[in-house]
Amino acid sequence: MARFFFNGRSGSRRRSFRSPTEDSAALKLTLSAIAIAFVGVFLLLPLLVVFTEAFAEGWDHVWTTITDPDSLAAIKLSLTAAAIAVPLNTVFGISAAWAIAKFDFPGKTFLVTLIDLPFSVSPVVAGLIYVLVFGMQGWLGPTLAGYDIRVLFALPGIVLATIFVTFPFVARELIPLMVDQGRDEEEAAVSLGANGFQTFLRVTLPNIKWGLLYGILLCNARALGEFGAVSVLSGHIRGETNTMPLHVQLLYDNYDYVGAFAIAAILAMLALLTLAVKSFLEWRYADELAASHRH
Amino acid sequence: MSAPGLSLIARPRSVLPGFRLSMGFTLFYLASLVLIPLMALVLRPFELSFEDLWTAVTATRTLGALRLSFGTALAAALIDSVFGLIIAWVLVRYRFFGKGLLDALIDLPFALPTAVAGIALSTLYAPNGWIGAVFMEYGIRIAYTPWGVLVAMTFIALPFTVRTIQPVMAELRGDAEEAAATLGATRFQILSRVVLPALLPAILTGIALAFARAAGEYGSIIFIAGNLPNISEIAPLLIVIKLEQYDYAGAAAIGVMMLLASFIMLLALNALQSWASKRR
Repeated sequence: MARFFFNGRSGSRRRSFRSPTEDSAALKLTLSAIAIAFVGVFLLLPLLVVFTEAFAEGWDHVWTTITDPDSLAAIKLSLTAAAIAVPLNTVFGISAAWAIAKFDFPGKTFLVTLIDLPFSVSPVVAGLIYVLVFGMQGWLGPTLAGYDIRVLFALPGIVLATIFVTFPFVARELIPLMVDQGRDEEEAAVSLGANGFQTFLRVTLPNIKWGLLYGILLCNARALGEFGAVSVLSGHIRGETNTMPLHVQLLYDNYDYVGAFAIAAILAMLALLTLAVKSFLEWRYADELAASHRH
Repeated sequence: MSAPGLSLIARPRSVLPGFRLSMGFTLFYLASLVLIPLMALVLRPFELSFEDLWTAVTATRTLGALRLSFGTALAAALIDSVFGLIIAWVLVRYRFFGKGLLDALIDLPFALPTAVAGIALSTLYAPNGWIGAVFMEYGIRIAYTPWGVLVAMTFIALPFTVRTIQPVMAELRGDAEEAAATLGATRFQILSRVVLPALLPAILTGIALAFARAAGEYGSIIFIAGNLPNISEIAPLLIVIKLEQYDYAGAAAIGVMMLLASFIMLLALNALQSWASKRR
């Protein structure tokens, strides 16, 4: 059984020589079983629950929930927020990676740490900081209210929250990749008379395109799924400031479990699609991604 | 878009263009969206008197929430480090059918929106859920107790340990293991004295990242925790509650405590990385 399961190097019928870097069949079987069981119970079962609960009352109920005006408004709001936040963070990521990878300056390590900072801040704290700036008791809140500009409980607040939680994704993919690639090709292009824009478009961009796509993919997945930060800033106005994840919570809290899981199923499908594309990029374009993603 | 402050920094010697533009935009974007808002959080609690601040932070409910968030996050990070190590080992060293799928699934907690994970876990571990029902037979409730918090944190933080350990493990060369074997070490001795020490920095980094993620987690936990004050109420939820009561200073006080923990974690991570690079 174990030999059939593993087509490793020890698979010969003779009492074969086992390399000292290879585990015994029994250990292999035990560890694999633990790994598969843990992933199965902790990761796969929750995913299965989403789909079984969503379709518990058949397709019709799912369809009614999704085409409900409030649900459609939530889907539209989520897509709008992602459509603003992701391009902005992409421009930032490219710009930060260009400055860090192509030039030498003091404090570079510190700058990279600061760019990573939003990852170690709780999403709720991310929401809180914008409330403290833009709320009525905040630094800018009263001034902006004078011009009738609403940030909290409106689209700008949701976009700010989304930008914060997805801030480092593109940058942290591009920085190691562009540092690895060095400056030789760009320097050659410039010495041959290309201007900065041409150099970036014709030399740098083709080199980083798959890494860039990888970063954008992860950034987008997180942007569509963010809950905590957006929850603090949205105000939960049904049909107006509820994003898809917030709509899931609203339906769930109103005991519409099938409805909540129907929206959840859409988000889960998006997550699976993201994982599939990500795995494909890691497999097909491994050499053109940052080293830590080459499996 | 050349920021005036940047002219203070000497332009680095390079034939490539665009330093001022890219650096200027990077600093502007970072400062306006991340650093200045964070300053607002750090400065806000000081508008209170020291006594009020002390009362806000040491309130029983606040301390209970902080203890639950940080204590459970540590437990979840340790659980994930053990299973993350096993999963990474299986993914790096063994070949078997379906390995690619297992590898791809590891990132699910990262790709799946936290609210979706929250309602799925809560349904699964509720007393009448697939897993909850099994534990109920032994009289153990998981959902709506601190155990539920642990389950959600373990779920959410798993990719951080696996993905930190996996690349380091893949780079381990077999020669040290072979040398140990020629010197008569058993496989167990090789694993515990040669392989494990080489992986230690990666394991510790993974624990730190998993801890940071779990301690700050909100979306997946609030559905499964039951949210009873002093029992299963996490610190991020208490911030949300205080904001809903317009207690901005109180919310900021807890926020600063959590931010402080993040900073300590970041410093520890940087120290770990420099320690690891010195060991090479």
